[in-house]
Amino acid sequence: MTQALVLEQLVKRFPGPRRGSLVHALNGVSLSVESGETVALVGESGSGKTTLGRIALRLEQPTQGRVQVEGRDITQMSIAALRPLRARMQMVFQDPWATLNPRMSILRILEEPLLLHTRHASATRVAMVRAMAARVRLGETLLDRFPAQLSGGQLQRVALARALITEPRLVVLDEPTSSLDLSVRAEMLDLLDQLRRQTGAAFLFITHDLGTVRLIADRIVVMYLGSVVESGPSARVFESPQHPYTQALFSAQLHTRPQDRHQRHMLTGEIPSPLNLPRGCPFAGRCPLVLDACRTDKPVLELLHQREVACIRVRSGQNHIAPAG
Amino acid sequence: MTLLTVSDLHVHFVARDRHDAVRTARALNGVDLSLERGRLLGLVGETGAGKSLTALAIMQLLRQPARIVRGSIRFEEQELTTLSEERMNRMRGDRIALVVQSPKTSLDPLTRVGEQIARIHRVHRGASAAQARAKALDMLAAVGIGDASQRALAWPHELSGGMAQRVLIAMALVNDPQLVIADEPTTGLDVTVQAQILDLLRDKVVERQLASILITHDLGVVANYCDEIAVMFAGTVVESGPAQAVFNAPRHPYTRHLIGSSPDRITLGQPIRRAGPAPDLYNLPPGCPYSDRCPLAQAICATPPPRVTAGDGQTVFCHFAESA
Repeated sequence: MTQALVLEQLVKRFPGPRRGSLVHALNGVSLSVESGETVALVGESGSGKTTLGRIALRLEQPTQGRVQVEGRDITQMSIAALRPLRARMQMVFQDPWATLNPRMSILRILEEPLLLHTRHASATRVAMVRAMAARVRLGETLLDRFPAQLSGGQLQRVALARALITEPRLVVLDEPTSSLDLSVRAEMLDLLDQLRRQTGAAFLFITHDLGTVRLIADRIVVMYLGSVVESGPSARVFESPQHPYTQALFSAQLHTRPQDRHQRHMLTGEIPSPLNLPRGCPFAGRCPLVLDACRTDKPVLELLHQREVACIRVRSGQNHIAPAG
Repeated sequence: MTLLTVSDLHVHFVARDRHDAVRTARALNGVDLSLERGRLLGLVGETGAGKSLTALAIMQLLRQPARIVRGSIRFEEQELTTLSEERMNRMRGDRIALVVQSPKTSLDPLTRVGEQIARIHRVHRGASAAQARAKALDMLAAVGIGDASQRALAWPHELSGGMAQRVLIAMALVNDPQLVIADEPTTGLDVTVQAQILDLLRDKVVERQLASILITHDLGVVANYCDEIAVMFAGTVVESGPAQAVFNAPRHPYTRHLIGSSPDRITLGQPIRRAGPAPDLYNLPPGCPYSDRCPLAQAICATPPPRVTAGDGQTVFCHFAESA
């Protein structure tokens, strides 16, 4: 398997609201996505997932660290040099409505990437658009319409078709299903999974919806406050989350089978401000198992129980938080 | 004791199109709901099913071109549909409160949050400024906001989403309402914060014996927090009943489709049933509104479906509720 995306020790700081203050969005994050693989990046708002996705496609420049796409280091590549690579790395955004030109027909929207990246003749382009529309299950009649005439589910399929039409090897999907109704979401997930298999592209799936992750991801990367706290094969992590944050996050998921009303591990408070990073473990402030050492020493990712986890209590096995009463 | 009874509620949007022809969107088509004290009702359905519109109708906050064309809303033995605007104004924020989805846009950006809570208490209860301020601090503490006296001085933009939602709940509860309608109160919040907010709402319902309607599209929320569920489709409640019973054995084909679409119940790669386009409220099929996409539909579905009591205390509007 080839690595479609390799991110090494990414650090991203943005200027903060006050002079000289810094927002620490990413604090040394590494991850990789192989061709044909779906990696889910999960975490709460403010954990840095969207920033990471944008850096992966060089829509944002990292402060430190390296970005490799298909083996090529694109960290410092010029905009002009990047342009031909753009066809091979695409993005699907959360809100399709905001990313589709309201004055273009669907046909024109889907043709646009081909105009930019290929030299196909008009008839070929239209044929490619029709073929792509069929693959994302968009009716032929919709191609002459405009975004305002489509439903949310249809728009998201247009956004997906636009991303896939240049046959990218890496697709970053930022919350692609969270604006969709339940039954439409189920269809969309099914479609995404099918397309990933057909194209063999690498999918980096950014979401806070763990139900979706369980269905679609091969591997899962859990972020908290700009750091990876746990990552590994999806089945392993779901079966036995090791980091206290992952445990709390998973147990806050609500299932629809009433007999599953399980004991939840309640967290108090919210994710802290990335303006003042805690010195030690990013989760120390909310962790029910916090030790003095957690507040001073930043834990590193260690390979334990078939996944990487950054918590000093995992090695001793004292990392399981008790259900709240 | 029944606190709220909505029966046969019809709301239409009547407007003229560009050819000046009158067009009627039948947004609510005979909604029936009832709710007792101490109970949490989950109102679910997809976008456009009429969940929020039902809430606005109960609050008597519908604006032109939407209007109630038929039906009744009884709350504490009073008919709300015919209540004067002045008396309804006294009711809102006092006996009935609404918690809206986007907390940040519904707080006044130019008023400190403590003052916003105090204001509602003063207006409805004639409390003095000092009493109202003290009450506001009590409420902030009651919704789990630590250091209430400091937080009361915060401006809305200084609050996180979860904090702002707590402030809205504090505002809703300040006058001890009997009914709290929460419209997607946790959409957009993180799951760990969502759990905190829903636990808070649930606790208040039990502790103060309120009734609450929780509008959501998240079935997990209903399964874990609500006593009752009402499933809406195209402006009607197609199935309602005890939440546990409905989740265990849904009787309406649409309820089965909806619950079966939950991420924890689907398997990718299996043939899935298409959702179909959103129902056209200008042109609903005759009879059952779900008939044009229902896998069980027969000729009889062109006639209005009967109200059937089925399963474990469920009320279902379907010709095939028994056989399902």
